[in-house]
Amino acid sequence: MFSYLVHRLLIMIPTLLAVSLITFIIIQLPPGDYLSTYVAELEAQGERVSDDKIAFLRQQYGFDRPMHEQYFTWVAGMLQGDFGYSFEFNLPVSEVVGDRLLLSFIVSFSTIVFTWVVSFPIGVYSATHQYSVGDYSLTFLGFLGLATPNFLLALVLLYFANVTFGTSIGGLMDPKYLDAPWSWGKFVSVMEHLWIPVVVIGTSGTAGMIRRLRANLLDELQKQYVVTARAKGMHPFKLLCKYPLRMALNPFIADIGSLLPQVISGAAIVSVVLSLPTTGPMLLNALRTQDMYLAGSFLMFLAMLTVVGVFLSDLALAALDPRIRLHGRQPN
Amino acid sequence: MMPKDNHFVSEAPFDPMTVEAMSPEQERFFMASQWTLMWYKLRRHRLAVGAGIILIALYASVLVSEFLAPYNLHTRHTDFIYAPPQGVHLFHEGRFVGPFVYGFDYRLDMNNLRRVYTPNPNVIQPLRFFCQGDSYTFWNWFEAQFHLVCPAEGGTIFLLGTDRLGRDVLSRIIYGTRISLTVGLFGIAISFTLGLFFGGISGYYGGWVDNLIQRMIEVIRSFPDLPLWMALSAALPVTWNPILIYFGITIILGLLDWTGLARAVRSKLLALREEDFATAAVLMGASPGRIISRHLMPSFMSHLIASATLSIPAMILGETALSFLGLGLRSPITSWGVLLNEAQNINVVALYPWLMLPVVPVIITVLAFNFLGDGLRDAADPYH
Repeated sequence: MFSYLVHRLLIMIPTLLAVSLITFIIIQLPPGDYLSTYVAELEAQGERVSDDKIAFLRQQYGFDRPMHEQYFTWVAGMLQGDFGYSFEFNLPVSEVVGDRLLLSFIVSFSTIVFTWVVSFPIGVYSATHQYSVGDYSLTFLGFLGLATPNFLLALVLLYFANVTFGTSIGGLMDPKYLDAPWSWGKFVSVMEHLWIPVVVIGTSGTAGMIRRLRANLLDELQKQYVVTARAKGMHPFKLLCKYPLRMALNPFIADIGSLLPQVISGAAIVSVVLSLPTTGPMLLNALRTQDMYLAGSFLMFLAMLTVVGVFLSDLALAALDPRIRLHGRQPN
Repeated sequence: MMPKDNHFVSEAPFDPMTVEAMSPEQERFFMASQWTLMWYKLRRHRLAVGAGIILIALYASVLVSEFLAPYNLHTRHTDFIYAPPQGVHLFHEGRFVGPFVYGFDYRLDMNNLRRVYTPNPNVIQPLRFFCQGDSYTFWNWFEAQFHLVCPAEGGTIFLLGTDRLGRDVLSRIIYGTRISLTVGLFGIAISFTLGLFFGGISGYYGGWVDNLIQRMIEVIRSFPDLPLWMALSAALPVTWNPILIYFGITIILGLLDWTGLARAVRSKLLALREEDFATAAVLMGASPGRIISRHLMPSFMSHLIASATLSIPAMILGETALSFLGLGLRSPITSWGVLLNEAQNINVVALYPWLMLPVVPVIITVLAFNFLGDGLRDAADPYH
């Protein structure tokens, strides 16, 4: 187990490095550097920017140095918690990002829990009642969730939540709680707002999860040990829970790897529509204004969230499944 | 005299092959090629066949969008801004008139400054079919005015309402099909090529090449795709013309999607390259490229096509999401996502819900591709 853990940790380092390299390339993609964009913007607004200030910024952010040096400065800065400077907000990126990252994390985490809670019973039902009306309709519902663009579903749900429950539009809590300290009322308000993004983002992942659980469970149910147990008169429900279900549960943990990027993607666009104070809207805004340091940091954060999440899911899987713990690889 | 034998003895000469002989139907089935067998199997999958027909119809509509749409893409009706959908009726006061729509009465609600359109039951505007309407240039080839459906002279036909510039939503959806459906095809072509290439060399060579490519795939997969798509498409220069942007977007969509396909190719190749026929090809001096493409690929091509079909919807949804956010395609290029861009705020849901209708073809297409892909996947292994 220990050697597996070390191995997994060591793999993460080059992965994160490669992720940072790609992010850096994306930051550099737009023509010109942000400083010239920024200066041009200021001048368009009629402000004079002193040459000294430009030279100072240029030197501070190392725009005068070659590309690879800029990259190393950026990575080294990140390791020390300096994520660069947002020109849009005139603040260091780490301050702008602040607790948006935390909220992104909360939304993603709740969504994954939601996906599990919904797809587990449905998947088991679909597998045990294969080709029944219930199986077909649930599968179809899952497909519908997969096919409906998240953002539109979010809008419609938001509208109905507003009309039927009087939930305030947009944001993650009622405006009156915005600057208030945490209280029960604020918590309830957050919960009232949180379910919409969670349901909306969850719909796309749920369908896939249901299908995988169903397929895995169906495979298990056809095996001989199940037939034997059934022949010996074991109660069907007990039989299901005791053996095949446990075997079929692997994808729940293993799929975090593919679920997490999907959830974070979904969260990005849904947050834009619902104007949640998470990373999504800010990333979009940063991209629109070509505030590339900010955009790059967000991209980096999101990728990091994914890499770490996958790492944790691998650990959980290893704890759960001795085949992985002992052989260091996933069985197929 | 011998006693009469009760046994029946056939007079016909005995043919030892009778047991093995097949009826013509059996022969047709057993001699069928792999692709024919797959077709037999797919044909039994009703849902997949239905989905396939819908997709063929949608793609065929792309060829004649100009003819199907009642109006042109950019025709504006300044008197009918945010007009609601007009219903098609057959009977007027119990009398059969044929398909017609009621004309609109327009009034500005002075309380909330909303445009209010009410159908006027006294104005009957019969639809015309196969008629002369807006003139268009068909495929940049010749001028024509021929439409499937036109409004009555001086009348209107907004079956799905109009948008903020008074453009017919139905016509725009029909034109948008052209872009939305082809984005998926171009994207999948790119991702298919990349997936075959990287998966091919990764699986065939193994060793460090394999390792490197697998790490690369892991890195790409650890990016949440939508934010990465957003970042990449935001990096497309604003000065590019819409056609270039369109290709840029398809390339971006394809660039990130190939990893799943590459993994599938790799795992199949790893197993197949140990087979005797692969060794035989090596011994006969075939080049790796030829062995992969001529000997190994065909045996799992059907699986690849099935999984490619299943990944088209993700691209269509991706394009829709990007355009919705305003980072993807831009006017005058019109896709379903660009149309949905108009439905960006809650007011639309409350006041002009018909602007959300472009989502219907999106859902239909995505569902159809999923069902077809499922059917293909089941049929991909006809010997199973």
